[in-house]
Amino acid sequence: MSLTIPAVVPLLSRIVAAIVGGYGLAALFSVAVLALPMTRPQAVLTGQLASFALYAGAVIWVFAVRSAWRAWVGLLVAAAPLLLAAGLVTRGGAGL
Amino acid sequence: MTPAAKWSAAADAAKATEAAEATEATEAAKPARPAKPKPRGIRQTMSDLHTWSGLLAGWLLYAMFLTGTVSYFKEELSDWMRPEVAWQAQTDAGEVAQRVADHLGQVAAGTSQWSLTLPTERSNTASAFWRMPQATPGARRTFGSANFNPATGQEVKARDTLGGEFFYRFHFQFYYMPVIWGRWLAGFCAMFMLVAIVSGVITHKKIFVDFFTFRWGKGQRSWLDAHNALSVFGLPFHAMITYTGLVTLMALYMPWGDQAAYKSPAQRQELNMQVNAFLQPGKAAGVAAPLAPVDAMVREAQARWGKDQVGRVTVTNPGDSSARVAVTPGDGSRVSMSPQYLLFDGVSGKLIEVHDKVGPAAEVRGVMYALHLGRFSDLQLRWLYFIVSLAGTAMVGTGLVMWTVKRRQQLPDPQRPYFGFRLVERLNIAAIAGLSIAMAAYLWANRLLPTDLAARGAGEVNVFFGVWGATLLYAMARPARRAWIELLWAGAAVLALLPVLNALTTARPFWRSVAVGDWVFAGVDLMLWALALLHVMLALKAQRHKPRVKPARKAGPRAVERAKDDAVAGTGTGTGASAGTGTGTGPGPGVAGSATSAREGA
Repeated sequence: MSLTIPAVVPLLSRIVAAIVGGYGLAALFSVAVLALPMTRPQAVLTGQLASFALYAGAVIWVFAVRSAWRAWVGLLVAAAPLLLAAGLVTRGGAGL
Repeated sequence: MTPAAKWSAAADAAKATEAAEATEATEAAKPARPAKPKPRGIRQTMSDLHTWSGLLAGWLLYAMFLTGTVSYFKEELSDWMRPEVAWQAQTDAGEVAQRVADHLGQVAAGTSQWSLTLPTERSNTASAFWRMPQATPGARRTFGSANFNPATGQEVKARDTLGGEFFYRFHFQFYYMPVIWGRWLAGFCAMFMLVAIVSGVITHKKIFVDFFTFRWGKGQRSWLDAHNALSVFGLPFHAMITYTGLVTLMALYMPWGDQAAYKSPAQRQELNMQVNAFLQPGKAAGVAAPLAPVDAMVREAQARWGKDQVGRVTVTNPGDSSARVAVTPGDGSRVSMSPQYLLFDGVSGKLIEVHDKVGPAAEVRGVMYALHLGRFSDLQLRWLYFIVSLAGTAMVGTGLVMWTVKRRQQLPDPQRPYFGFRLVERLNIAAIAGLSIAMAAYLWANRLLPTDLAARGAGEVNVFFGVWGATLLYAMARPARRAWIELLWAGAAVLALLPVLNALTTARPFWRSVAVGDWVFAGVDLMLWALALLHVMLALKAQRHKPRVKPARKAGPRAVERAKDDAVAGTGTGTGASAGTGTGTGPGPGVAGSATSAREGA
């Protein structure tokens, strides 16, 4: 229970990574799915349906890895291909 | 109640490693680096994640679970809360639709759309809502609504109440705040729940083994196995209900794919067709034409789907030559909420389109949505839904109580717990025992508030929150253990007396409902008694809970008595927190605390 200041920072970092980063990853995924070969309404719905599983998985990942840095790096590594796919479907835009 | 309870208890049990108890968790923790304090086992971190995500959203989740659980009977509850509306036997759906449609022509004259929900065996009245004709173009859309007597088509005059609809709405959007905020808050809590479930499963490593293990006649061991089996048994349901709950509002929570894919409402129509049976009114032609008979359309739908399977009739631009009528099956007819309807020309009455297929992803969404609402259930399945949901409620409740139970053993001074502990302890009492009283108070208000009171429906809701707040004050004013016991008894009393109040204030007492075969009314009375009984059991359990303390035996009886009172809270309470004692983590909840105080007493 005795959290020192330096110990709190990585914890806060993980909480932000989990809540904000996890949501960002899930949101990115729900756009990237549009690149899959299926009709648009089905792709939109697939992205929405699966996004919560991805979000939950991201949160688990963020707390499971050994350091807050790894958590962020993991999120970014997962985000990179999704960003690429999302960029493609939104025609070269920066995604969201 | 303990089934699910136990599950969270067991998951939490691993967490207790910090308490220097030798648990399964420590045995399993990697022995490779015992001395290094920093990197901790995955099960340890998951256990922390489970504890904190569960605690922080726990109070709201408990309320969401319980109000959601009773919402499986919201139609019955709504009827019970409008006792003026006489019970009547089912009548032909086509006739009812025509009668109400005729009436809607006057009540909702000039509307661009009305939608009528036909009565079912679970609901006495036909209900309808309609778009108010816009005073100025571009003004905010407003809707009117009313209930109709299926036998006469006349508008039903009943007391102003939100009925069971209040609990239903509250469970995903709360109250006293903008609807969208409430829904985001509910979604946030649901995500916490999902994370708590996943991390809980990881924490509890032997979850599948436990499912197949049952050691008879091994004392506490057998209890543990039974607990585990039961709780794991409920787990698929709890996971399902949490995920599908998120799915019901996923268009709100994850709008990004939709926004990236579609640039205009016109484009978005292809998506709407996949998820929504609700017709958007097109532009009126401006040529008056009477609406074709609705009963014939309903009969055509009955011929396709079966006699009792027609649920709703929606008309756009009634009285105009562009009128369209959609006939939709009832929610009870299939395990999917994806749109299915027959579209008729509103002037000629000809069938234009049969809409009965959606894409695979849309169908998955439809099925998940339906699984959450459970409206396809017949009576037996509905009860099963109710009971398992109640177990889910108990899972959240015992999880909350476990938090205090675990920490009570480590309190430096059990007489003066630190602020966070007291806060959680008191919030638990109000959130769990207090909520039952508040929900019962809502029904009391329904019977006791004068029927001509202005804004009466909102008044009932204010009583709900007022009483809930009062239980929190009470929980803060009393010793925690006493507060648990007293509030649980109070809950039992207000629930048990509701059917009596009903008999005194309406012409539909229990015996008369049974005599005429009105099982909606009689069923609600019976359910209230069953819930009262449940509260009696919980209160007795809380009362009887004797912390098993060895050192206490040496102390005088008076000290033991006092220790029992001081040992407070978490212990016996809530939904079977005795689960906590059965986890095999060593001494049960109140034990350590009472041992200390007993020693002090001696």
